[in-house]
Amino acid sequence: MSVRVQAGDFDPAEVLAGFGTGAGAVVTFTGQVRDLDGGGLLRMEIEHYPAMTEPAIAAMVAEARRRWSLSDVLVIHRFGALVPGERIMMVATAARHRAGAFAAAEFLMDYLKSRAPFWKKEITEAGATWVEGKDADEVALGRWG
Amino acid sequence: MIDILYFAWMRERIGLPKEQVETGAATVADLIDELIAREERYAVAFADLRAIRVAVDQVLVGFDAPIAKAREVAFFPPMTGG
Repeated sequence: MSVRVQAGDFDPAEVLAGFGTGAGAVVTFTGQVRDLDGGGLLRMEIEHYPAMTEPAIAAMVAEARRRWSLSDVLVIHRFGALVPGERIMMVATAARHRAGAFAAAEFLMDYLKSRAPFWKKEITEAGATWVEGKDADEVALGRWG
Repeated sequence: MIDILYFAWMRERIGLPKEQVETGAATVADLIDELIAREERYAVAFADLRAIRVAVDQVLVGFDAPIAKAREVAFFPPMTGG
């Protein structure tokens, strides 16, 4: 089990080396900075709450492990200034069967979106805008009960 | 003394990331009332509580949460991770 909150980039192949050895199923998700519709995103600035970020994510991982039988979990989330196309985050789950690995990865993604203390700001030529939490993100959490 | 932290646009509207305050507030809601009474910028920042989340000692809570034994209260907009 590993939770990493870091400014620097990561190499997916490197961080996944040895991950889930012996598991029947390994699911990985990588999030990358998306440009705006029509382009123009100069960079994304991600702020976080250092004292809370890792404990909050660790609690989500513990909850995922309570719900599904997981042999391994990895969560990496970056902060700082990122340009379009850069990796922001990764979730990896390992389980005996794919259903648990997929479900746990989705669960963690949904919780990271609106319960991990990160805030994104989009910087364009026109200025800076804080990304607003979406109602759809709250709806997504609802499905986990 | 209690540490109050602000993140994202809360930090920008209030104009600082962290401050220490002497308070007798029993709950988060009481603390917000005290802050609003201090200066206009707090009243502006706390104008719409539906757009604000709060953590007491790094745990998300509601506005009715007690803070008598808290060391740190953080205010911020809805989170946008992932």
